[in-house]
Amino acid sequence: MNVLVYLVPLALGLGLTGLFTFLWALRSGQYSDVDGAALRVLSDDDLQETQETQETQETEDRRGLA
Amino acid sequence: MTESLDLSLYAKPMADGTLGMELAVEGIACGGCIGRIEHAVRSVPGVTEARLNFTNRRLHVAWSPGLGEPAAILRALEDGGYHGHPFVPMRAEQQEAAEARRLTRCLAVAGFAAMNIMLLSVSVWSGNVTDITPETRDFFHWASALIALPAAAYAGRPFFTSAWRALKARSLNMDVPISLGVILALGMSLIETANHAEHAYFDSAIMLLFFLLVGRALDHAMRRKTRAAAGNLAALKAENAHRLIGDELVSVPSAALKAGDRVLVKPGERVPADGVVLGGKSDLDESLITGETAHRNVASGATVYAGSMNYSGALTLKVTAAGGAALIDEIEKLLEKAASAKSRAMRLADRASRVYAPLVHLTAALTLAGWLIAGASVHDAIITAIAVLIITCPCALALAIPAVQVVASGALFRANVILSAGGAVERLAEIDTVIFDKTGTLTLPEPRVVNTAVLDQELLRMAARLALSSRHPLAVALSREAAMRVPFDDAVEEPGQGVRARINGIEGRLGSPQFCDVITPSTAQASTVCFRHGDRFAVIAIAQKLRSDAVDVVNSLRGRGLDLCILSGDHAEAVAPVARALAIEHWQGGLKPAEKIARIEALRASGRRVLMVGDGLNDAPALAAAHVSLSPISAADVTQAQADAVFLGEKLKPVLDAVVVARRARGLMTQNLWLAAVYNAIAVPVAIAGAVTPLIAALAMSGSSLLVTLNAIRAKGGTR
Repeated sequence: MNVLVYLVPLALGLGLTGLFTFLWALRSGQYSDVDGAALRVLSDDDLQETQETQETQETEDRRGLA
Repeated sequence: MTESLDLSLYAKPMADGTLGMELAVEGIACGGCIGRIEHAVRSVPGVTEARLNFTNRRLHVAWSPGLGEPAAILRALEDGGYHGHPFVPMRAEQQEAAEARRLTRCLAVAGFAAMNIMLLSVSVWSGNVTDITPETRDFFHWASALIALPAAAYAGRPFFTSAWRALKARSLNMDVPISLGVILALGMSLIETANHAEHAYFDSAIMLLFFLLVGRALDHAMRRKTRAAAGNLAALKAENAHRLIGDELVSVPSAALKAGDRVLVKPGERVPADGVVLGGKSDLDESLITGETAHRNVASGATVYAGSMNYSGALTLKVTAAGGAALIDEIEKLLEKAASAKSRAMRLADRASRVYAPLVHLTAALTLAGWLIAGASVHDAIITAIAVLIITCPCALALAIPAVQVVASGALFRANVILSAGGAVERLAEIDTVIFDKTGTLTLPEPRVVNTAVLDQELLRMAARLALSSRHPLAVALSREAAMRVPFDDAVEEPGQGVRARINGIEGRLGSPQFCDVITPSTAQASTVCFRHGDRFAVIAIAQKLRSDAVDVVNSLRGRGLDLCILSGDHAEAVAPVARALAIEHWQGGLKPAEKIARIEALRASGRRVLMVGDGLNDAPALAAAHVSLSPISAADVTQAQADAVFLGEKLKPVLDAVVVARRARGLMTQNLWLAAVYNAIAVPVAIAGAVTPLIAALAMSGSSLLVTLNAIRAKGGTR
């Protein structure tokens, strides 16, 4: 039964990690717009519109046409 | 004419040196709007941040001072087909948001602790009936104590502080037995653990906190949602005023006006603040203030009140009382009196806890005494007494009412009723009399065409389309009938007379009888506007019109055993036809605010519970004096602040829904209280007998809480 001496604290530690992760998420405002978050994941607006991505986009378009 | 827009009232300096502003955004239809709006606003020069909260339809923007300009942000939104309404977040709303976050943190901690302690407890329970060694059990108990004590100290604070406040005020609330139960359970378990005992109640204490916090967090989340919706509506209603600085016109939010400012009020606009007329002549519609539908002529030197609609001419005013502070003296005095006289209706939960708390504590004390007399050891007697406190800890009782409250306010929210006062649901359920104001409450807030049936439909369509080119209030009312929302290209407005345009090659004229060359009999009931097209003409009557479902709603209310009554500030001749149409026998017109209160007081003295539905400034004191009050969203701000709930839309149905939902909710609350009582009647004898183990306590507690919560969900029902 000695195994409990480190298994129980280990389990507690894992639980605490989960708790603090949740508290951090709460503090950083991840729960302030629940409906929006569900929709934002569908949009690609967060991709930087750099020269590079535009170019790859264009080449892809051309390939699609070819 | 270009008029600059000054929005400095709304700009708040942010931590990083930029300026920030909150906007309520209208016109958001789908998820795609998030990207469109943020992209449009971010591309405005100087804007550093734009973040849309889709849940509450609010946009936060920040810009560098000097580089960006808030008016450009509004324009960018307009171009995208949205309307942005800047607002200053209300203090109450911010406090509520902070409180909700605090409750969520407490809930997270309690949830974590409850799960872990339960794991340990289940091991102990199963070990107790098999072969757990005392050392292992002690280790598990100490581990539980290590989790439970800090968790309870953190997650229990909302209850402890509230109980402490109640005790300091020498009263009892539900939090007193809760706190006492939790603290005693933890204390006893600690001592028992130190004595290597078989049972400890750490799990009961933490689970109790967890269940109760779930109830409170949901309650707060609901209140926050309604509060945010109410805040947005207020922002949508806020209007801009034309402030004169020298000869220059600057558009400023009405809330930014100060006493002494000069403002211009154009025809078709509302007077933004109380003031004295410096120049110009006009007719004012003061129905929002007095309930009177006849217009008042004002000229230089006249006093005008915020909320009046300016009809015919432009007025220059000197502001005497700014924005929200504007109130007619008489009404202010009445309001104070009515609010102080209002009997603080005792809430069901408080009444229950006032009976319950002493009863529980007495039972525990009697158990202690009983066991001592029966010859048990002091230790055993105390343990049994504390077990009684734990098992009676009002988990189900404390959830019985909030759970229903949450579901009911959700149902009301969907029925377009936004609650602003706690306890409104309970009071709504108790009413037996409904008093309606007429103007803006039974009738629509804006006038409508009332003789559509007798008019030539083709002429009406043309007239309505022509009316789009004018800002005169009668024209605005007429334009609501227009099928095509595109004005005629060459429409010309002749100030003070009307508009004309070529329609199908023939000149069409809309305006006063003289302008259209029409002779009309004058009517007191309605304002008229004439339309001439070639040699055909129409006389269009425009008046207050009953809300489309008023008759049905009034009949249903009557069918539910409610007495109905109209008390109006408008003159009797205008009230009579409305009362006749709705078949309401008791009605009075021409009432002053003080007389309305007197009527309500008289009804209350005869034991009636009155629901007052009104929108005018003159109704505000009556709303405060009534048992419970509702007002439409179009109501004057002061009036809305007095109402227990606000309803939206053009229909009167929300009033009926509010009563129906409230009655059902009240029934469920009572039912839940009985369920909790039955639970106690079964559990308490077991506890007194000393047969309660932590396992039984855990089962009883979660079982009863679940039962009560499931029962509460029935408050949702079918509202339509």
